[in-house]
Order: sequence, then structure tokens, then C-alpha cells
Amino acid sequence: MSVIKAENITKTYKETAVPVHALNGINLEVQEGEFTAIVGPSGCGKTTLLNILGGLDHPSTGTVEVAGTNITDMKDSKLIDFRLQTIGFVFQAYNLIPVLTNKENVEFIMLLQKRSKAERDKRAMELLEQMGIADKANQRPSELSGGQQQRVAVARALASKPKFILADEPTANLDSVSTANLLDMMARMNQEQNATFVFSTHDQRVIDKAKRIVTLEDGKIVSDETRN
Amino acid sequence: MYLILAWRNIWRNKRRSIITIASITFAVFIACVMRSMQLGSYNRMISNAAQFFTGYIQVHEKGYWKDKTLDNSLGSSDTLINTIANTQGVEVVVPRLESFALASYGTKTKGSLVMGIEPEQEDELTKVKSKVVKGEYLTSSDKAVMVAEGLADYLNVTVGDTLVLLGQGYHGANAAAVYPIKGIMKFPVPTQNQQTVYMPLKEAQWFYAANNRLTSIALVIDKAKNTDRIVADISSKIDTSKLEVMGWRDLMPDLVQGIEVDNISGKVMLWILYAVIGFGMFGTFLMMTAERMYEFGVMMSVGMRRKIMQWIIVLEIGFMSTLGVLAGVFISLPILTYYYHNPIYFTGASAEAIETFGMEPAYFFSLEPSLFYNQAWAIFLMVAILGFYPLYVIHKLKPVEAMREA
Repeated sequence: MSVIKAENITKTYKETAVPVHALNGINLEVQEGEFTAIVGPSGCGKTTLLNILGGLDHPSTGTVEVAGTNITDMKDSKLIDFRLQTIGFVFQAYNLIPVLTNKENVEFIMLLQKRSKAERDKRAMELLEQMGIADKANQRPSELSGGQQQRVAVARALASKPKFILADEPTANLDSVSTANLLDMMARMNQEQNATFVFSTHDQRVIDKAKRIVTLEDGKIVSDETRN
Repeated sequence: MYLILAWRNIWRNKRRSIITIASITFAVFIACVMRSMQLGSYNRMISNAAQFFTGYIQVHEKGYWKDKTLDNSLGSSDTLINTIANTQGVEVVVPRLESFALASYGTKTKGSLVMGIEPEQEDELTKVKSKVVKGEYLTSSDKAVMVAEGLADYLNVTVGDTLVLLGQGYHGANAAAVYPIKGIMKFPVPTQNQQTVYMPLKEAQWFYAANNRLTSIALVIDKAKNTDRIVADISSKIDTSKLEVMGWRDLMPDLVQGIEVDNISGKVMLWILYAVIGFGMFGTFLMMTAERMYEFGVMMSVGMRRKIMQWIIVLEIGFMSTLGVLAGVFISLPILTYYYHNPIYFTGASAEAIETFGMEPAYFFSLEPSLFYNQAWAIFLMVAILGFYPLYVIHKLKPVEAMREA
């Protein structure tokens, strides 16, 4: 079952004197359970594509279907709710809420989903345990290393039980050990829980772990390789 | 959790939040002190003016207040006096007959205000007995007068001397008599001190050939704030086609107008103070919005609705302003309570200068609840207006642009 279906996506930025064509006719379909890396040099359109697939931005032309729903022309307010229920996000800079504890950060998404306190508590602790940082539950993000913070961010992304997780350069700020740990943990989630991950990255260690590698250049897909 | 989040967000930048809260505290404190002094002084001026002379309420013959002549005096009756006295809130009824006469002694003559009073009732309103500096206070059966010190000095008379009074009585009758001076009074208001003669009401009615007539019935009431209600009650019981009932606002229009002008200038000062503080607060709101654009973008990306973000910002602003207001009130309350019970009195030349204007030489303070909650409302109103900026920013926020620009 495809969780993402993008057809003929283009994106042109017209704010500058010369229009910038960030994406030129992208066709991409991601199936449930895939572990996909979108790779390419800086400025090739990886982040723009992820933003459009995640409903954070609208394409200039083309259509995007997420979990069977066409989100291309969905209104902003509906898109916010749609993202909350359907998509998990992991950002390069972790972007945890600094004044909340790690557990509260994970719970927060579920609070937005209006889940009960008991359910929030239970699932937040489960996820932190799976990420190997349950003992840090009541600490603030600033008390953790970058790798640990990113694991909290992944736990937050998974907390909402999304159809898939979009991760924009998730290892860019991590050292090699933290990167390896994070990738192992995400690979395990992918295998054990059939969680779907789509990364943008130019980190070779992430590319090595990916089952599918989509390569972008100048806003176009130049290769789409699936590994066993 | 939203409350927790908002509360903790305030303390992200402790120094800035403390400065913002402190500026609100300072504004509320200064505003409370300024208003307390103003309102306290106004209340004192009103009560002094009422107690020196007019009373909080007066009943007259219709037209007397515009044309103060004996011909516009009212015919007194026990029924009328009892009706007024039995009105709820009326504590003392003070009948008066007042008119002018020439006061003369030896070769000196001066125009004077002759007040016919019931000595006991009058003392309950104006505390005139305490103003006797020489001789004795009147009794209702006396056939004597008391003279204000300034007038006595001018005429060069003292207790035991005989004063000649010459004037015009009711309906043009001649009014002429001589009276022994029983007492000398000293009033702080110069005009009052230089022209007043007191005599018992019965004697004044005889002198002016105005048997059983009164120019006014002044009232001592339980609370000044009940004036309007008591005026309405009395008006409903008496014949208002012949009589007029006036509250202190109508009796002392000059004082009321002076207070209103001063009050407006006080309020203008307050709004200038609030405007200065408001710019500081707006700076805080600008900063707390600008530095969190990326965070807002992320929150919206992961599924937080704008309304929830706005609600959290409202809570943050609400917490800060509430803390500032409460701190301002709690700091000002004990200070104002102390000065409410212990007014600041002037001494020496400055005290004398103020006294010549008929005012008490002191700063009086008020503890009216409105004093405090009005400042709170002013702060909350200002915050509500300034707080629109971050709410508008969030309303217009686009997550990708917010994250990119930040």
C-alpha cells in the first residue's frame, strides 16, 4: 500500500528576480514499511520535496496523495490536523521544546491529539524505553547529548502513530557513534513495527542503511534504487 | 500541560521576564500611589467642604439656591423636619436661617453673613464648637452672637462687647438689633473668617422677622456615597414643586469642577506612565515572538494548531501581566494602608500657605478598591492591545517560511 504518491510535482520560487525552479516534474511513490533516503547535493531540492510530501508547502503544479488523501490543495488549517494524525517529523536540529522534559516532549504530540493522560504516559514511556533513554525521561533536552535529543525527537515523531516519518537531515548534527545508534534504532523500528521512514540526507552512513535510495539533481529524480 | 508550557516559557529568559514584570509592578505601584493621593485628597476636600458648611445634602425653597434672599426662605414645620429626619441614612437635620447684615461697633462697620443656627445640630455637622477660641459656644436660648476672629479683629471687638446688626428682614422688614458677643470663632477659610456671625436660630428668625422660616435644611448623612439615593428618597416624600433637594455636587459645583479638572490631569499622567511602560512591554512581546519563529514553525509542522499556539502566548502574557499587577498591588497596599491611617501633614510656612486656600495642609490617601482594580484593568487592556501583535504573527505564520527565515 502506498503511503505517499507524488505526481508531476514542480515547485518554483518567484520571490527572487529570476524564478528558481526547485523541483521539476517529480514522480515518487513510497510504500508502507519502506526505509527511503532522498539524496543529492545541496540545493538539489531535497528539503523542498520533503516539505511538499509532508504538507508543509504546496507544489506549484502536480498532486500529492498521502495515505490516500489528496493534500495538494488542502487548506492550511486542515493540513495542520492532517499532519498531526498522519505524519511524524524529525528535524535536523531536533527542535524539542526546551522547557518541557523529554517525556513531556513525547507526550505533547499526543496531547494535541487529545489522548488521555494515562495513554500519553504509557506510550511516552514505552517509546523512550525503545529508544534507550527512559532514564532521561524527566530531564530537559538541554541535559542530553545531540544523539539522545534526536532519539527523543524520533520518539516524538512516532508518538502520534503516524503513517510515515519524514526526517530532514536527521544525522547532520550528530557524531558517528550517535549517528550509528540512531540509525540502528530507526532500522529496528522499521523492521519490528513496519514504520515507514523517508529521509533527506547526504550522510553516507544513512545512505548505507537505506533500503531505497532516490537521488535528486537540479530538482529532478535522476535515479531510484531499491536494495534487498 | 499548556499552562505548564506557558509558565515555563516565561522563565526561559528570566532576566527579560523579570524586567517586564518589574516594569508592570512599578507602573501599578506608582499609579496606585498617585491615584490614592488624588482620591484621598478629593474625598477629604469634599468632606471638609461639606462639614465646614454645606452638608452633603440641603433642602431649600425652590429658587433659593439661585437667588439667596430671605424672601425665598421656606416655611418650616415639624412634619417637614420629621419627614426628612426619618429618611434612611439621614443622621442629623441642621436647620439654618442665613442672610446678610451690616455689623458695626464704634466707628467701624462691615458687611457680614449672619447665620441663625440650632447650636447642637450645627455642631454635629460643622464642628463649630471646636472653632471657638475665646468665650463660649451658643445655646439655643441665647440672645447673643458669636463672631469670626477676622471680623472681630476688624471691628476691634471681643467677648462681652456689644455688636450692632443692621439689615433687611423677610419681605423688606427692617432688621436692627444689638447683641452681646458670647464667643469668638476662628475658621481656616479666610472669607468665612472675615465675615461670619452666628446666632441662635430663634433669635435670627426674630431679627429678620422671619418667624418659623428657614433658608436651608442641611443634612448629616451616614455615607457620602449614599447622597444620590437619599436625595431621591427625600424628593419622593416632599413637595418638590415648592422645595428643592440638592446633593453636594450641586451645592459645590466649583469644587466638583476643580476636582474633575485635576482628576483628568492625574489620569493623563497615568496614561503617559502606562504608555512608557507599554513600549517596554511591546519590546518584550516583539522579542519573544521574533526569537521563537523557528519554534512556532516547528510546532505548526508537527501539528499544533494556530489557536493553541496563540492560547499559549495569551497565557504567557497573562501570567506576566498578572504577576506584575499583583506585585504592584501587594507592594502598594501596606504603604497606602499606613498613610491612609497616618496622613502626611505639612508644617510651617507651607502649611499656612495651604490653609489660606481653605484646605487642610496634608496629603490624604484613599483605599478605595476601585483604585487597585482600575490599575489592573488598565494594564490588562494595554496588554490585550499590545498582545495582538504576536497573535497576528502566529495567525499569518507559514511553517516553512518561519523555519527558513529563522
